[in-house]
Amino acid sequence: MSATEAHVPLLEVDHLEVQFFTRRGVVQAVRRVTLSIEKGETLGVVGESGSGKSVMAQTLLGLTELPGRITGGDVRWKGQSLVHDAESTLARVRGREIAMIFQDPMTSLNPLLSVGQQIIEVLRRHLGMNRQQARTRAIELLDLVGIANPTARVDQYPHEMSGGMRQRVLIAMALSCEPELLVADEPTTALDVTIQAQILELVADLQQRLGLAVMLITHDLGVVAGLCDRVAVMYSGKLVELASADELFANPAHPYAAGLLRSTPRLDLVTERLVSIDGAPPDLVAPPPGCPFAARCSLATDECVAEMPGLHSLEGGRKVACWRPFEAGQPGGRS
Amino acid sequence: MGRYIVRRLMQGVLVIFGVTVFVFVITRLVGDPVKFMLPLSATEEERAARRAALGLDDPILTQFIRFLGDLLRLDLGESTFVRGQPALGVVFDYLPRTLQLVAIGIILAVACSIPLGVIASRHPGKAVDRLLTTASLIGLSVPQFFLGYVLVIGFTVRLPWFQTGNGPWHTNLVLPAVCMALPAIGRLSMVVRSAMIDELNAQYVKVARAKGLSQRRILGVHALRNAGIPYVTLLGWEVIRALAGYTVVVESVFNWPGLGFMAKKAINEQDFFLIQAIVFVVAVMVVVINIAVDIAYKVLDPRVKLS
Amino acid sequence: MTAPDGYTAQHREEEQALDAEENLQGRPFELSAVQRGGLFGDLVRDKLGLLSAVFLVVLILAAVFAPLIAPADPNQGDLGRVMYSPVWNGGTWAHPLGTDWQGYDVLSRLLFGARTSLIVGVLVVVLAGTFGVLVGLVAGYRGGRTDRWLMGWVDVQVSFPGLLLAMLLIALVGGSVASVSIILAINGWMVYARMTRGVVLSVRERPFVEAAEMVGATPSRVIFKHVLPNLFTPLATLVVLEFARIILAEAALSFLGLGIQYPGVSWGLDIARAGDHELFGNQWLIIYPGLLLTLTVLAVNLLSSWLRVALDPLEREKRFAAAVTGKSDSGAAL
Repeated sequence: MSATEAHVPLLEVDHLEVQFFTRRGVVQAVRRVTLSIEKGETLGVVGESGSGKSVMAQTLLGLTELPGRITGGDVRWKGQSLVHDAESTLARVRGREIAMIFQDPMTSLNPLLSVGQQIIEVLRRHLGMNRQQARTRAIELLDLVGIANPTARVDQYPHEMSGGMRQRVLIAMALSCEPELLVADEPTTALDVTIQAQILELVADLQQRLGLAVMLITHDLGVVAGLCDRVAVMYSGKLVELASADELFANPAHPYAAGLLRSTPRLDLVTERLVSIDGAPPDLVAPPPGCPFAARCSLATDECVAEMPGLHSLEGGRKVACWRPFEAGQPGGRS
Repeated sequence: MGRYIVRRLMQGVLVIFGVTVFVFVITRLVGDPVKFMLPLSATEEERAARRAALGLDDPILTQFIRFLGDLLRLDLGESTFVRGQPALGVVFDYLPRTLQLVAIGIILAVACSIPLGVIASRHPGKAVDRLLTTASLIGLSVPQFFLGYVLVIGFTVRLPWFQTGNGPWHTNLVLPAVCMALPAIGRLSMVVRSAMIDELNAQYVKVARAKGLSQRRILGVHALRNAGIPYVTLLGWEVIRALAGYTVVVESVFNWPGLGFMAKKAINEQDFFLIQAIVFVVAVMVVVINIAVDIAYKVLDPRVKLS
Repeated sequence: MTAPDGYTAQHREEEQALDAEENLQGRPFELSAVQRGGLFGDLVRDKLGLLSAVFLVVLILAAVFAPLIAPADPNQGDLGRVMYSPVWNGGTWAHPLGTDWQGYDVLSRLLFGARTSLIVGVLVVVLAGTFGVLVGLVAGYRGGRTDRWLMGWVDVQVSFPGLLLAMLLIALVGGSVASVSIILAINGWMVYARMTRGVVLSVRERPFVEAAEMVGATPSRVIFKHVLPNLFTPLATLVVLEFARIILAEAALSFLGLGIQYPGVSWGLDIARAGDHELFGNQWLIIYPGLLLTLTVLAVNLLSSWLRVALDPLEREKRFAAAVTGKSDSGAAL
C-alpha cells in the first residue's frame, strides 16, 4: 500500500477464507482471497463453476449458510467488518447500502406476493415510507428498469412475467434504496442471449446514472468486456489475477486467464478450432500444495507444482499469482 | 370461479351417490334390515309381512329405483332404533354436538400446531426441535381411544376437574376436544415444521434476507404463507378424518351424544335406514370440505387456476 | 462438553481420520471409508431409531413365539383365578402380569394381541400395496382414458368415510383377522396408487424418455427400468407409515367392537373391555394394552422418520454439517 492510498476503499475483502463442512471432507471454497472495490467502480469477478466466486459474494451480506462457514479473514464495508460482530452492521447495510441480485429470477421472487409488494416492503423497511409513497416509488422504479406499463405491472405476480422482466424487477428491488454497491451474481446466466444483452445494458446504464459500484460475477468473459473497469479472475478458490479490463483482454498475465480468452469464440478473428483448457479443477477437499492450475498449465514447472505462488503486485495496481506470468502468449488465432 | 364450484359440486354428487349406493347394496344384499326392527319374539310371518310392507321383497333393481326416488326427496326412511322418527331428522338432531366437538378440536389444533411447528423449524436438529418432534410423534402415535381413557382417568377420576357426557362446555367439552386435537397437533406441527424448513431454504428467502427484511417478516409473511399450502391440504384432511370417522371413537369414550355415538349404535342395531342417512350426511360434509380446501388454495396461491 | 446432536461420536471419529489423512499430502481422501457400515452404521448412531428398531424386533419375536411363551390360552378365562396381581405385587409366576376380572391371563392377551396387530398390519400393507401399486402403474403407464378412469375411481373412493364403512362391513360380515385385513385393504389402497402413478409420470417427463421416443424406441422398457428404482424410496416410507396407521385403525375398530372379535385377541378389544369394566377399578388393565399400542406405533413412526433421513442424501449432509459446525467454533483467527 503506497503512501497516497491511505483512504479506505468502499469494499474490502481481506484474506477471506470460507470452508464447507461435508461428509466427504472439508471443502476449501474460498482460499485467502483479497480484493477491493472503490466508489463507482465496476469489478468483474470471473471464474468457472467451483471457483468460489459465488461463495465469496454471499459472504458480503452474511448469507453464508450451512454447511459453509467463514473460517478466516475479513470483509469490510467502509472500514467496518461484515464478518466479525457484524449483526448490526449487516442489518444496516443489507438492501440499503449493498444490494444483491442472484442468478435465477424464477425462484428469487416469492410466488405468492405481487411484484409491487416485494419492492414496497424494502422501501418501507429501510426508508420508512408509507404505503402510498412506497407504491408510487415502486412504479417509478419499474419504469427506471425499463418495464413498460409499470402501473399495471406493479400488481402482477411473478409467474405472470417473463424471465427477463423478473430480472428487471429484481434489479428495481435492489436499487430501490439507492445502494452504493450492487452485487450481481450471474445475473444473466439463466436468461436468453438477447435478454442478456438488454439486462447488461440496463445495468451499465444505471451504473452510470446512479454512480453505483458494481461487482459483476460471471463465468462469461463476454459479459465482463463491455461493462467492467477491472477484472478479478478466480480459480479453485483463489484469486489468480487482478487487472484492469483493458489490460487483461490485451495481455493476460496468468495462464488460466489466457486460456479463458483463447477459448472464448470471437467474431473478429478466424480460428481453426475452439481451444479449450484440458483437465478439470482440483478437488477442493484436499487441494494440492502448489498452484491450483499447475495440473492443467502448459507452462507448469516443478516449482509450480510444489509451491503456491503468492499474489505478486505488478505495476499499476495489477496483481497475479503465478510463477511465470505473461508467458502464456497472446489470445490466439489469425486475423 | 363459479364454473369451477359447479364442476366440483357435480363431482361431489358423484361421490355422495357412490357412497350411498354402496351402503344400499351392501345392506340389502348382505344384511337383513328387518332383523332388529321387530322384537326378538316376533314370528317369521310377522317379519315376512314387515319385509313386504317395506318393499324389501321386490327385485333389487325396483328397490333401487324406489330408493333413488326417495333420495331425491331426501326421504331416507325411518330409523328403527329411534322408533319411527325420520332417519334424516335423527341425524340432524345429533349433528350439532359433533360439529361442536370437531370445531373446538380443530381450532385447538391449528392454534397449537402453527407456533410449535415454526419454533421447531427455526433450529432443526437442535434440542428444542428434537423435543418438539418427539412430542409430536408421541401425540400422533397414541390411539385416540386410549388417549381418551388416559384423560378420563387422569382428569376425571384422579383429579376431578372435568366431567364426561352431555353437559356445559367448559367442563364437558374440554377433554374430548383435547382428545380430538392432540393427534392432529402432532401431525400438523410436523407438516408446519418440514414445510417451513423447506421454505427457509428457498431462494426467495435468501433474497429476502439480502434485502434486509426482519426475521419476523421473513418467517411470517414469506415463509409461512408458502408453507400454508401443504398445511391447508393436511388440515382439510384432518377435518375430514375427524368428521368421517374419529368422532365415533372419541364420542364413545366420553359418552358425548353426537353423530359418531349414534353411528355406532345404528351399526350395532343394524338400523340400516339410519346408517344410510348418516353416511349420506357425512359424505355431503366431506364434499363440502374438499371444495372449501380448493377455494382456500385459490385464495392463498395466485398461481392456481381453477377453470 | 456435550453436543446438542447425536452425531458427536461420529464427528470425533472423523476428526481423527482427517488428522491422519492430512499428513499424506495431495491425496484426495474419502471419509466414507471411515463410516463403517453406511446405512446400518447410521442407525446405530441415531439412538432413538436404534431403540425403536430393537423394540420392534423384540415385539416381532414375542408375537411369533407367542403360542410358545404365553403362560395361558388368552381365550380361556379361569374364573377361579380372577383379578390376580402382577408378580411384583404378590402374584404368581404362572400369571406374571396378573389376570383380569374374567380370569384371562393379561400377559397372554398382550402377546396374542401383538400377533394380531402385526399380522393385520402386514396383510393389509401387502394386499393394499400390491393392488394400489398395480393400479398406479397401469394408470401412469397407459395414460389417457385409462388413467382418467382409474384416478377418478381413486378420487371417489378417497372421499368415502372409511371408518364408518369399515364398521358397517364388519358388522355385516363378522370380525376376524381375515375380514378386518381385507376391509382395511379395501379402504387403504388408494394412497399407493396415487404415489406410484406420480412416480411413473415423473419418470415419463424425463428428457431421456423423450429422446428415446424421438429415436423411435418404445419408452416402455426404459420407463420400467427407471420406475422401479425411483419407486423404492417413497414406497418404503409410505409402507412404514401405512403400517403404523393400520395398527391404529385395527385397534380402533376392535375397540368399537367392530373389528377383531372373540375368539380373536386384540389390544383394542382389551382396552374397550377394560374401559367398560375397570375404569374405576384396576386401571392398569387399560394401560397395559394402550401403552403397548402407543409404543409400537411410536417405534414404527420413529423408524420411518429415521428411514426418511437415511434415504435422502441431502438431509444427511445437512445434519452432518450442522453437527460439525455447531461443535467447532468459528475462530476466525488467521
